[in-house]
Amino acid sequence: MSLSISDQEQLLTGWGRTCPSLARVQACTSIEQVQHEVARAGARGVLARGLGRSYGDAAQSGGGTVLDLQAFNDISYDSITGAVTAGAGASLDSVMKAIVPAGAFVPVTPGTRMVTIGGAIGSDIHGKNHHVDGTFGAHVQSLTLVDGSGEIHELTPSGDKAPQFWATIGGMGLTGVITQATFDAIPVTSSLISVDTQRANDLDEVMSVMAAGDEKYRYTVAWIDTVSQSARGVITSGDHAPIDQLSAKQRTHALVFEPKAIATAPPIFPSGLLNKLTVRAFNEAWFRKAPKSASGDLQSISAFFHPLDGVQDWNRIYGPRGFLQYQFVVPDSASHLIRAALEKLRQVGAPSFLTVLKRFGAANPAPLSFPTQGWTLAADVPAGIEGLGQALDDLDELISEAGGRLYLAKDSRQSPQMFARTYPRLSEWQQVRDGLDPRGVFTSDLARRLSI
Amino acid sequence: MNDALGEPQSVLVLGGTSEIALATVRALPRGRLRRVILAARPSVARDSAVAALTADGIAGVTALDFDARSTQEHGAFVDSIFEAGDIDIVLLAFGVLGDQEEAEANPDLAVEMATTNYTGAVSIGLHVARRLRAQGHGSLVVYSSVAGDRARRSNFIYGSTKAGLDAFAQGLGDALHGTGAHVLVVRPGMVRTKMSAGLPEAPMTTDANVVADIVVKSLRKGKETVYAPGPLRFVMAGLKTLPRPVFRKLPR
Repeated sequence: MSLSISDQEQLLTGWGRTCPSLARVQACTSIEQVQHEVARAGARGVLARGLGRSYGDAAQSGGGTVLDLQAFNDISYDSITGAVTAGAGASLDSVMKAIVPAGAFVPVTPGTRMVTIGGAIGSDIHGKNHHVDGTFGAHVQSLTLVDGSGEIHELTPSGDKAPQFWATIGGMGLTGVITQATFDAIPVTSSLISVDTQRANDLDEVMSVMAAGDEKYRYTVAWIDTVSQSARGVITSGDHAPIDQLSAKQRTHALVFEPKAIATAPPIFPSGLLNKLTVRAFNEAWFRKAPKSASGDLQSISAFFHPLDGVQDWNRIYGPRGFLQYQFVVPDSASHLIRAALEKLRQVGAPSFLTVLKRFGAANPAPLSFPTQGWTLAADVPAGIEGLGQALDDLDELISEAGGRLYLAKDSRQSPQMFARTYPRLSEWQQVRDGLDPRGVFTSDLARRLSI
Repeated sequence: MNDALGEPQSVLVLGGTSEIALATVRALPRGRLRRVILAARPSVARDSAVAALTADGIAGVTALDFDARSTQEHGAFVDSIFEAGDIDIVLLAFGVLGDQEEAEANPDLAVEMATTNYTGAVSIGLHVARRLRAQGHGSLVVYSSVAGDRARRSNFIYGSTKAGLDAFAQGLGDALHGTGAHVLVVRPGMVRTKMSAGLPEAPMTTDANVVADIVVKSLRKGKETVYAPGPLRFVMAGLKTLPRPVFRKLPR
């Protein structure tokens, strides 16, 4: 074998741009082709990759075959049942563009529309409505999966194949290749969100406002200023605005959804551009920009849910060393760990301008699904910071002791021990996976790193 | 797998008793290490290196028999290691210094130096590169020497083996560029180890752990060539421009 790269091979990373590895990227246009790739899989295995928005090494597989299912992009909406059927490669962006004008919205959206249906299921994504509506996987009615023997399964949440269904929800693509799914959409009468905003001067206030608002709002999230010692924040909550809340002019285009990218981050950013000073300035501005308290603001879907989608390739701003996102959940009984985590990140000098706090509702039946009842904090951190590894290991310890855990779609650094300890249903999941994939065809860098 | 913070899970040391390589293993972040292979000929030194690293709290340290000169066996040797799991970092650290004057008098000794330091390294280096390439990630650290930058009268046989090794390793790094695998060429000056014991100390002589720290930092930054200590880069750049009549007259 020559050392040179072939045309099909590509270096892949997650959204955090750390740990690249080389894989043969194969576009698939039919389910037969997916079966063919699974059948001819070599020792380094096969993995489906969507839009590469998981932060760590979940959607890459060094030396393996990575399937690109962009061609699986059909979307159909049944206005009578309110269900959407979409190919695994369709993005939430394209789903929204297809269904919002028809008066429907996706059941769950994360902070970006640039994720695929396959990825949304594999990572069992959550959004600002988790405390009310649960994860994306909880709204899936059925999905099509090609398993490790090339067999095609129609999986549903109950019935004979329920274990295989729930192992695939949050299964990080390791139970097979998802090719299509049918999921609930929710009816909306406008494409606008009615938003209430409240500034809070310290973390206690942020958390009590959020806990009190659990019942009141469908969507709630808080942005935390990690640079300020008090960990002040801005809580935004909202729901889909009913058409009668719109002005006469707005009603003429109530269901229009045409988001635009407003800028693209330049390809080269120097390391260290995001430092304590620049982040402090950003956070100050962000905090001041929010009204002390406002209610009933009408915002677009993209402004409310996906502000960063407005800047293409924003992940470049962390420079060549890349970044990671640390996201954990802890039960309500360990809510003090939110403060401990913010404190730790501040001590190590990790400037984070995208720190988000949110409440989770109850967990679903999927063994590897991340969300469980309690608090979740997500913080972006540049990877090059001295002492970061130790600080996060220390936090892992506290989180694991408190019964919490880390989100696999964000993880790029936890230890295999931490993972196994905090996902106690791992062996149950592995049994189902071994049934679907007896040859061990499906793997990823994440799976190798964590011995999944 | 290396993680996002550059912490490796597995290390293969070729020349498993090399003091600089062992210091490098110690200097690596060890929170994720679970497999460390010391490959060397069987010896008491190898056994005690396994024991010492284990006593230091490093997990999964084992020894494997490896002879740089047995190039016929290198392919199967490397394959068996990589088939048991990915290797994140390979340290190519074996080499013999030999006695220049004896080697001048006895070319067989010179051939032995060349076989170990250059031929053996080319062989195992290519096999390792093939596997790193196939797994799509990983780093190969090649311990070269400033002795290879410009051959000196006092140790040109050793120096020439390192010059060859250095050129090979640079080319290998270029061949692997963009494949996810990466080669770091380290050029230490004189290092205080048992290999150099008894030799007069050159200026900027350093310790194994200093070299080790430089290797670990350079790996994290993805560097391709590094001197140890760093300022040797400028010294060597100067020395390389000296006319031969002047260079020849320099003290050793």
